[in-house]
Amino acid sequence: MRPAFSVIFLTTLIGAGQGLFLVVFGVALYESVPRSLLLTTGVVTMLLLAAGLFASFFHLGHPERAWRAVTRWRTSWLSREVIALPLFGVAVLLWTVHGWWQGTPSPTLGWVAALLAMVLYVCTGMIYAAIKILREWSHPMTVFNFIIIGLASGAVLAAALAGFVAEELKGVFEKLALWLLGVALASRGYTMWRNASLPPWSTARAINVHHNRIRQIGQGAMGGSFNTREFFHGQPEERVKQVRWVALGAGFVAPLLLLAFESPALAFLIHYAGLVAERWYFFAEAKHPQNLYYQSVG
Amino acid sequence: MNEVDSDYLASAITDGVKKTTCYMCACRCGIVVHVKNGKVRYIEGNPDHPLNAGVICAKGGSGIMKEYSPARLTQPLRRKEGAERGMAQFEPISWEEAFSLLTERLARIRATDPKQFALFTGRDQMQALTGLFAREFGTPNYAAHGGFCSVNMAAGMIYTIGGSFWEFGGPDLERAKLFVMIGTAEDHHSNPLKRHIAAFKRRGGRFIAINPVRTGYAAIADEWIPIRPGSDGALFLALMRELIAKNLYDREFLSEFTNAAYLVDVTPGSAEEGLLVRHPEGDPINPLRPHNFSWWDAEKEQWVPDHTPGVRPLLEGERTLPDGRRVKPAFQLLWESLADCTPEWASEQTGIPAARIVKLAHEMGVVARDFQIELPIAWTDWWGRKHERVIGRPVAFHAMRGLAAHSNGFQTIRALALLMTLLGTIDRPGGFRHRAPYPRAVPPNARPPKGPEAIQPGAPLKGAPLGWVEFPEDLAVDEAGNPLRIDKGFSWEHPLSAHGLMHNVITNAWRGDPYPIDTLLLFMANMAWNSTMNTTEVRKMLTDKRADGEYKIPFLVVCDAFYSETVAFADLVLPDTTYLERFDCLSMLDRPISEFDGPVDACRVPVVAPPPGVKPFQEVLLELGWRLRLNAFTNPDGSRKYRNYPDFIVRFETAPNSGIGFLAGWRGENGTLAMRGAPNPEQWKRYEEHGCFFHYELPPGLRYMRNWNRDYLKWAQEVGLRRDFDPIVIHVYSEILQRFRLAAEGRWPGRQPPAELRERVRRFFAPLPFWYPPLEDEHTDRERYPLRALTQRPMAMYHSWDSQNAWLRQIHTYNFLYVHPQTAQAAGVEDGGWMWVESRWGKVRCLCRYSDAVEPGTVWTWNAIGKAAGAWNLAPDANESQQGFLLNHLIREELPFGERTISNSDPITGQAGWYDVRVRIYPADPTEPPQSWPQFAPMPAEIPGMAKRPGGVIAYPTVMSVEEAAAMQESMKSPWAFLFQKQGASR
Amino acid sequence: MTQFALVIDLNVCVGCHACVTNCKQWNTSGNAGPLADVNPYEADPRGTFFNRVLHYEVGTYPETETVYLPKSCMHCEEAPCVPVCPTGASYKREEDGIVLVDYDKCIGCKYCSWACPYGAREYDEARRVMTKCTLCVDRLYDPTLPEERRKPSCVLACPAGARIFGDIHDPDSEASRLIREQGGFTLMPELGARPANHYLPRKKRELAISEEQVERVHSPTALRSAPHAVGLKPIEEEL
Repeated sequence: MRPAFSVIFLTTLIGAGQGLFLVVFGVALYESVPRSLLLTTGVVTMLLLAAGLFASFFHLGHPERAWRAVTRWRTSWLSREVIALPLFGVAVLLWTVHGWWQGTPSPTLGWVAALLAMVLYVCTGMIYAAIKILREWSHPMTVFNFIIIGLASGAVLAAALAGFVAEELKGVFEKLALWLLGVALASRGYTMWRNASLPPWSTARAINVHHNRIRQIGQGAMGGSFNTREFFHGQPEERVKQVRWVALGAGFVAPLLLLAFESPALAFLIHYAGLVAERWYFFAEAKHPQNLYYQSVG
Repeated sequence: MNEVDSDYLASAITDGVKKTTCYMCACRCGIVVHVKNGKVRYIEGNPDHPLNAGVICAKGGSGIMKEYSPARLTQPLRRKEGAERGMAQFEPISWEEAFSLLTERLARIRATDPKQFALFTGRDQMQALTGLFAREFGTPNYAAHGGFCSVNMAAGMIYTIGGSFWEFGGPDLERAKLFVMIGTAEDHHSNPLKRHIAAFKRRGGRFIAINPVRTGYAAIADEWIPIRPGSDGALFLALMRELIAKNLYDREFLSEFTNAAYLVDVTPGSAEEGLLVRHPEGDPINPLRPHNFSWWDAEKEQWVPDHTPGVRPLLEGERTLPDGRRVKPAFQLLWESLADCTPEWASEQTGIPAARIVKLAHEMGVVARDFQIELPIAWTDWWGRKHERVIGRPVAFHAMRGLAAHSNGFQTIRALALLMTLLGTIDRPGGFRHRAPYPRAVPPNARPPKGPEAIQPGAPLKGAPLGWVEFPEDLAVDEAGNPLRIDKGFSWEHPLSAHGLMHNVITNAWRGDPYPIDTLLLFMANMAWNSTMNTTEVRKMLTDKRADGEYKIPFLVVCDAFYSETVAFADLVLPDTTYLERFDCLSMLDRPISEFDGPVDACRVPVVAPPPGVKPFQEVLLELGWRLRLNAFTNPDGSRKYRNYPDFIVRFETAPNSGIGFLAGWRGENGTLAMRGAPNPEQWKRYEEHGCFFHYELPPGLRYMRNWNRDYLKWAQEVGLRRDFDPIVIHVYSEILQRFRLAAEGRWPGRQPPAELRERVRRFFAPLPFWYPPLEDEHTDRERYPLRALTQRPMAMYHSWDSQNAWLRQIHTYNFLYVHPQTAQAAGVEDGGWMWVESRWGKVRCLCRYSDAVEPGTVWTWNAIGKAAGAWNLAPDANESQQGFLLNHLIREELPFGERTISNSDPITGQAGWYDVRVRIYPADPTEPPQSWPQFAPMPAEIPGMAKRPGGVIAYPTVMSVEEAAAMQESMKSPWAFLFQKQGASR
Repeated sequence: MTQFALVIDLNVCVGCHACVTNCKQWNTSGNAGPLADVNPYEADPRGTFFNRVLHYEVGTYPETETVYLPKSCMHCEEAPCVPVCPTGASYKREEDGIVLVDYDKCIGCKYCSWACPYGAREYDEARRVMTKCTLCVDRLYDPTLPEERRKPSCVLACPAGARIFGDIHDPDSEASRLIREQGGFTLMPELGARPANHYLPRKKRELAISEEQVERVHSPTALRSAPHAVGLKPIEEEL
């Protein structure tokens, strides 16, 4: 699939925002979290959501009609995500405003927002996992990865924010982030390996001709088409492999090290860069069966 | 709006539906054109049309984008003063200026030396008018593109059976059981063939494709037999040998309807050796072409006139006539000539296993024999015998340029025609059937000018510019045997060159051999690009100058609707209409679209108005013809004879009151006569009412065996399809060719060839077909250049004519050279990699595509996809010029001949041998630019009257102009542009 | 319930692209259009087409098969592109099973095209909405067209008659009959979309000839006599 930067930024930004909220809210159940951090969390989460939403509009041909996307929640995960995202945003807003006004945030609102955050993870992940013909995506690990990577990025961000407004909790978040990054690294690393090991789609099946030597000569158009742009990353294989290493290295390994050396802010910056690479790779590694019809120009 | 133009404007519509004839290729299907707000909206096939019955191909369905292509020329142009030719530096002039310029120049030429004017046309379908103009002007220098394209196919078969493939005749797939298609590209005869092959397959027919390449129609063949290019003749000869050896041929057909039983004088050294023996008591039938030949009565053992009733003629053996002459039936000579044409020999030439060749012969013979068709149609043959039924042998063939475009094509095609004859399939159900105006005499009656006296200043040509040679005396040569025509057509170099030699015109004119010319007028002929060989050099010749600074070809006029590569070289450009903007006629006098069961002719009418500055070429010729005071176009009082082209079509008759005109339907004052009748002023209206075509269905008794069908032949003469009323006996043995052989041997009482050409004529003018390797092989190191290179026409493009079409060019944006994987790997060339393909004469850099659908000794590409940079108003970096390539650069139009050169053609017909070229391939160096070679300086896009091409995005019909496209492009830039866009702007 | 579909006969498809440009032609001026062309006269032209013809080679020389495969929306019975659409722009008609895009609702998110296994949808770069084959629904129900012309443009255009249009839920329709009798198949059925468009396979026609059919008793020019000999004996002497 073609990695769409608008969607890459959308999912990484809101994923980090959801993770930030969940991690801070979760820690707040066990530890005493200063108001400063809670409010910062709320504001940053909302900023990340807004940024993600803004980025997502660039993916649409007709953003002015985007409101219509809430109408098919019965069948479409994208529709559900389009409902869940603003609901989560509103919940966080209410939680933040209540917390600012009342001094401490309402646990009820917090739980609602946390639930919505998880729902939003599931919706986002299911948008991809629901496409059965994309074998790299249609796997339970896809949703799990969105959650675990989101939580991990939220934890790293929380550690960074704690570094500024709640020094005493920085260590807590750093430890949490280390654990989450480790699990995410294993999880995402596993799916990368698993996806790369999938057997290729068969041209014989695509055209229903039973022979072990089939080659496409032409696809009916020589200058390309929507089908040659939307479903393929367009890069040489070496580049794609490089991005994978950047994703794993900058997304997980380097932050692990940086957190160990107690630099969560730097860790988050590098981690986010790696996240963008990881999301790019997420698209690039998905091989759509329609590509069987667009293998060659002749 | 003047009177000439008013008929065009009156015919055009702004809203509604109009039927006309397509011209996206030479198939010429009937179409229904829907127009809305003055723009064409939809073109569909006409369900009532006999040719396409409602279907329409990719090109026909893209007519809109041809009509609205930015490559349109809309003003007459003159090369700017001081600008070099070839730079496309033009200034607009008025039509009056253009006419004055041309008239003045042509009048001067006509008054002094008419042959200084040469008129050559490319994909023209109105050769009857262009030929008439040339004839009236008095120049022999006229031809269309047939000599370059496939004259071998026409001549090889017309000189044998009196008809040929494509519009002249074809396979009766409705009744055939076995269909063998040889050397046919994807797009020959187009839609009807697609329809008929599909129906044939669905009826259970078996389809075999013999071709070096497997694409297009061959893809759905039940069997593909790969064959080496240029070797098909060997295959046919071996097939014939096997058929005869196994008695799987139609002896009766041969005896009755061909000259197989005619006696040939084989007395060694006799003055008439190799000629057919005349019988003094035989009926000559036609004094202009006497038919009193001889048979040998096999029972009574005596010499009798041919077709003596009750006689079974001898086919094998040798006899002696009462006067001592030794004779053999032609069939005996055929059999002897096939002695060495064994399947093993043919296998060596063709690459087809010998066993397969034998099996193929058996398949053909057994199907022809055992699946005999009988139709309960009574008919009477020429010799008076009544037949109660028509017999058919359901083995049908189709063949085209794969056989023709070789220097051995004529004899190869003669062999095919004989194969079809042996099987007894000529003009019979399930076999080959003629299409009107064929069958015609062998050969047809038009003759080229016979000598220099035929060309006189201020007078029409004596003879037709193109014709059919029967005797050495018919050649267009002077007493010394030198050619009269600029392309050396009808000379000893290639005597039977019925369609001229377009491919040698520029070279000969440049060299001044046989003489220099003054003015070359090209109509729809891209002769500075794909309609030429040795393109790079030919382009240089067009700009080459004499010592005195004048161009060697002083004046070049190009008439075309679009900005082709050749337009850049013009001194005068005349913009033509498209097929949707003009009257046209597909005439019985030229190349109609007849069906098997009867003549069909058609016309075009303007559907939309032409741009104001454009004139159809036919109108230009009529105007010029009058301004030059040519008889056919001028009244005795000096006034213009024809108001315009439609008027000309309706009122023109081949001779005063002959009743034979261009269109055969609705003739006579009341429009009730068919084929022949007085001109009918309402004729165009009748055609328009009937979908622009006229179909005359012959009564069943006249539909078969027409070479010998007495009733048909009488009718054909009555309606003027034929001049004479005599049978068209199949020339198994070609006495015509033998005459030339005798002339070469010094044994012909009349004209003889110059010494240097004697051996060549003697060798190739064999009265029975034989196979020889293409002439290129004699001049090229076969080890160094082991491969052959071919081109093929794709179904979605018509020659160079569709790169300016925004839809079609997406299908064929550039071209690859298709190479067998083993061949490519042996040469080190990668799939998708840049490579060189090189002949002895030139080389080209191009992209490689591996293909298993090509025999290993052949490489091929699509015809004319590659374009010169900037041509057709494409961007200079368009793929057509950067990745696309033209194979023509490495094919030479001439071959060495002693101390000089001779046309690279079939020595019998002058057919360009462009599939003969031998090549080698090797990879391009990685340091070379990833670009095809050669490249040419981009043609400028600023041409007066040519639109600026819209860039970015268009969307027919709402966005077509540069301004609209620019606005669309802007709106596509940002998803936030919607904030600034008016609602509903894109509708 | 009606399910309109195309049956494409690969046994007679010669890859001519008539279906490609005639579809473009009809739809660009019709309700489904206009269909954009990008860089129409520049390098790398591309455009919106609802139908494409693919070209494959099967096997090794000389047993090479050349296969042309026209591909357009399959109007799947369980169209995966419909449930994923967030706005309901992608829908399958109840009355005839045609899958369509409502251009007024489409937001151009391209999610539906991800779900389509066949790459049948194309995003029009000018209008920025998803487009696809409509089975020329505007022709099917147009009372101003003669009845025999109320078919998709590609079906009417195909010179080989390789495209048959009909209701595959009606067992007596020509489309159903062809599928049944000639082994009609769908592409990648294991992906679960249940395409309505079917293809008919290639069939080979062989001819078997036995030795006896070839041998003849009387063969005046049989090879058992020396072919070079001048003066071959006439038929009577051969006996």
